[in-house]
Amino acid sequence: MRIVVDLTRCQGYAQCVFLAPEVFELHGEDALLYDPAVPDDQLDRVRQAAAACPVQAILVGEEVSAGAR
Amino acid sequence: MPGDLREGRIVIIGASLAGLRAAETLREEGFTGPLTMVGDEPHPPYDRPPLSKQVLLGKASASATELPTRRDPEAQWRLGVRATGLDPVGKRVLLADGDSLPYDRLLIATGTRARPWPNPEEAALDGVFTLRTSDDADGLAERLAAGPRRVLVIGAGFTGSEIASACRERGIEVTVAERGPAPLVGALGGTLAKLAAGLQRAHGVDLRCGVTVTALHGNGRFTGADLSDGSHIDADVCVVAMGAVRNTEWLADSGLAAGARGVACDAGCRAFNMYGIVTDDIFVAGDAARFPHPLFEYQMLSLEHWGNAVAQAEVAAHNMVNPGPLRRPHLAVPVFWSSQFGLNIKSVGVPTFSDQVVIAQGSLDERRLVMVYGYRGRVTAAVTVNMAKWLEYYERLIETAAPFPPAPGAADRATAAAVPVPSDVPDPKVLSHGPTVALTGYLPDRRLTMVRPV
Amino acid sequence: MTADTLLERITDYANRPNPYPLYAELRAAGVARQTDGSYLLGTYHDIVALLHDPRISADPRSRSVPRGDRSEEGLHLPFLRLDDPEHHRLRTLAMRPFGPPHSPGRVDAMRGEIARITEELLEALQGRKQIDVVDDFAYPLPVTVICRLLGVPREDEPLFRAWSDVIVDSADVRPGEATERVRAGQQAHAEMGQYLVDLAERRRGQPTGDMLSAFINEPDPAGQRLTGEELAVTAVLLLIAGHETTVNLITNGVLTLLRHPDQLDRLRREPDLLPRAVEELLRYEPPVHMRERFPLADVDVAGTTIPKGTPMVLVLASANRDPKRFRDPDRFDPARPDNEHVGFGSGIHLCYGAPLARVEAQIALRALIPRLGTARLVQDPPPYRRNAMLRGPRHLPIEF
Ligand SMILES: Cc1cc2nc3c(=O)[nH]c(=O)nc-3n(C[C@H](O)[C@H](O)[C@H](O)COP(=O)(O)OP(=O)(O)OC[C@H]3O[C@@H](n4cnc5c(N)ncnc54)[C@H](O)[C@@H]3O)c2cc1C
Ligand code: HEM
Ligand code: SF4
Repeated sequence: MRIVVDLTRCQGYAQCVFLAPEVFELHGEDALLYDPAVPDDQLDRVRQAAAACPVQAILVGEEVSAGAR
Repeated sequence: MPGDLREGRIVIIGASLAGLRAAETLREEGFTGPLTMVGDEPHPPYDRPPLSKQVLLGKASASATELPTRRDPEAQWRLGVRATGLDPVGKRVLLADGDSLPYDRLLIATGTRARPWPNPEEAALDGVFTLRTSDDADGLAERLAAGPRRVLVIGAGFTGSEIASACRERGIEVTVAERGPAPLVGALGGTLAKLAAGLQRAHGVDLRCGVTVTALHGNGRFTGADLSDGSHIDADVCVVAMGAVRNTEWLADSGLAAGARGVACDAGCRAFNMYGIVTDDIFVAGDAARFPHPLFEYQMLSLEHWGNAVAQAEVAAHNMVNPGPLRRPHLAVPVFWSSQFGLNIKSVGVPTFSDQVVIAQGSLDERRLVMVYGYRGRVTAAVTVNMAKWLEYYERLIETAAPFPPAPGAADRATAAAVPVPSDVPDPKVLSHGPTVALTGYLPDRRLTMVRPV
Repeated sequence: MTADTLLERITDYANRPNPYPLYAELRAAGVARQTDGSYLLGTYHDIVALLHDPRISADPRSRSVPRGDRSEEGLHLPFLRLDDPEHHRLRTLAMRPFGPPHSPGRVDAMRGEIARITEELLEALQGRKQIDVVDDFAYPLPVTVICRLLGVPREDEPLFRAWSDVIVDSADVRPGEATERVRAGQQAHAEMGQYLVDLAERRRGQPTGDMLSAFINEPDPAGQRLTGEELAVTAVLLLIAGHETTVNLITNGVLTLLRHPDQLDRLRREPDLLPRAVEELLRYEPPVHMRERFPLADVDVAGTTIPKGTPMVLVLASANRDPKRFRDPDRFDPARPDNEHVGFGSGIHLCYGAPLARVEAQIALRALIPRLGTARLVQDPPPYRRNAMLRGPRHLPIEF
């Protein structure tokens, strides 16, 4: 699974960091960093984070790679 | 009629952010015909912003930034193949492998590439990088992990500044050489550029402004560079961050209005031909596009913004499968973000389209503020530093052409700082880095001819 | 009836079970000036815009005509009712032991403990034919959690519940005079604050891993610690907010699922939907229905100029049902896409405890759902709490 955060929309509410702290991280007070490749054991948490994001900025999905050959 | 547009052959050139989001939107809008995605990189679509942030910090691997999809675009993928030409009469795209692809409608999403160091021999030295692709990032991240003595970054735009930030966070010595008077000045103007300069120095960056790099040295391996002020920098890694070049050369003989500033299109993303006549089967989106924006006096904007690539791709795709009256304009207010030195910088509107700025909230000292940009008495842009939650208020001011300076009343507006000062956006030509937002008309305060419809 | 009595009708206890038709009336009226001079707002776009407008104050001292006497002026206010930059400073300090950037894993690490407390509560109910979802489960769960988090003895619950009731009542939005309520609220606030500061003082130098310990023992290199008064108001805010709201979310969850057996069934089959179902509950039956604000300058909202200092009531629960933002807004749809509800507010005051409330509600409902198969509501609608702002059932009797 891959994620991408639309940081154009993200307002730094950090809901995702609380709910999946191994995947999302605040850099300083306001800037969000995240690991785009979600480890399997974090998937549940990442889904919670995506549901909780107040501006729905987190997209969770399969990468294209499988079909892209 | 509408039924027809949902069929036929669509080809998308450029298999990155704009291309992928357009492909998904086409399917979401009910397009059922064959769809081909052509990309010259061997990789499936991936995300670039992490390349100068998470990846250089060693927090994510360059190969892990593939973009997730909203849905399967059900496309035929032609990756690792470059489009070399376009025959708009025969409606075919020519590919480097000799193949040619027929299309009924075409989307151009070929984006940009890093502007290379002008001297090819010097550029070929081992240890000299640009940063645009995941392969670039992979190579650079590996060098940073090896602990170089010093990194030289040429150009202090957003990308250069983010690279410098990542180096410092990893404890690597870094020199930044910038031709302009300060980092980010081309994108954000004088006041925030001063903040950026202070920030870089506070984080231990050896920042050299008002200088150019005159030569890169090395014997196969990069060892250092000469600066125009006569000084010399010893370093093992050099990153050339001098802005981007639009990937439009392959369209040179196509008869389209394609050039160094991108492919010109109308507000509905339809490409213009070189006579300024709009086509109806060729669309453009993302970094490759150059489009008129009513909020900025219909000047043609070329943006290198992630959010613009997504929004414009969605509009282009919608318009590719919908007839005239149902088509939409691409009117999104430009939004950009950058994170560096622990700060979250976001901008909305076009900061370079300004003559004055004012600090509307917060303060420079706290490095938490909102800077509002005005042009001839109306709000045209705002930049937040660690105050992203307020951005949408200013977006609304821009959309409604609200008067500048913005109405008082914010609880955290310091009265002392609430005096507008000149925005100090220099002529882009004096900068090493291209500004991220380029008004491809003239800068407004030069008072040159401007088309004013209505 | 005209829109200028809407606040009266919304706060009328008779309408507590179903205020939603009144909210529809409010949205149709646009900006509704009330007979007492305040303004009521209910559309999604207006409310989100106002919550992001720096000229809109949460500070009651920005009100041109003070509520009750002027005694609010000298008070220390919690950051819920302060504007930036003070709000930011205090919220940041309060966040240090609770969330990112300093304590990013704190809430995540509480999942196990919350699950244990949930199981204990449910075990105690084993074999019962009838329970009150509120008193037997939805109230004790968040109270126990916030007590452990803050470091407040669970046995003291009757004590702080009494204070909390008075404070919450004093903060309720109601038309008309409020002097007496405000005075009583201040008294209770002072007592509760003193109680919490005493608890914190006992942990000075002997931290016990809870947030009161963290607050009192935080090193203070650069103004990084709450003063005694700030600690008092912050701790009161956290204790109250931490247990007066989540109870409604869990209770509304049970109520809504029992009213929608098809969706209950679906969640039983697709437990992965639960996080989104909780968001939908926060939209559809939010625990916090409205918030008060005061413009610091004359502001234009949807064609009406609201004068500086005039109270504005933002009806979040109405925004959540705005058909201009949510398709089919009166439908409870746990799989709703694009659910940017304002159940936790928006902008700088967005709920501090939202992640904790989410984790609590998810764990609670995940444990409850399998047991609701044969359950049925004894009373529908159930009896509601008096409060219109923090709206939720006082009891929710269900039978198995
Ligand atoms: C290091 C870095 C950091 C960034 N950070 C930010 C940020 O913080 N915020 C922000 O808003 N934006 C940021 N951006 C910009 C953002 O990534 C771009 O705006 C976005 O990638 C544009 O997408 P696009 O699809 O239009 O173009 P591109 O991503 O450039 O994709 C174009 C694709 O087309 C391919 N192509 C080109 N020519 C041909 C041809 N002839 N035939 C076939 N294929 C071709 C290219 O190889 C490429 O794969 C950053 C970019 C970089 C490189
Ligand atoms: C389902 C449960 C909850 C709901 C629906 C809820 C709702 C809200 C709302 C709507 C606000 C915004 C107030 C405003 O804008 O004026 C808010 C703020 C706040 N909430 Fe919650 N809340 C819940 C649980 C919690 C919990 C568990 C805590 C504490 C641990 C908490 C602590 C706070 C605090 C401190 C604020 C003030 C934030 C600020 O002003 O910056 N809440 N809450
Ligand atoms: S929850 Fe959403 S808005 Fe908040 S930091 Fe995460 S992505 Fe950004």
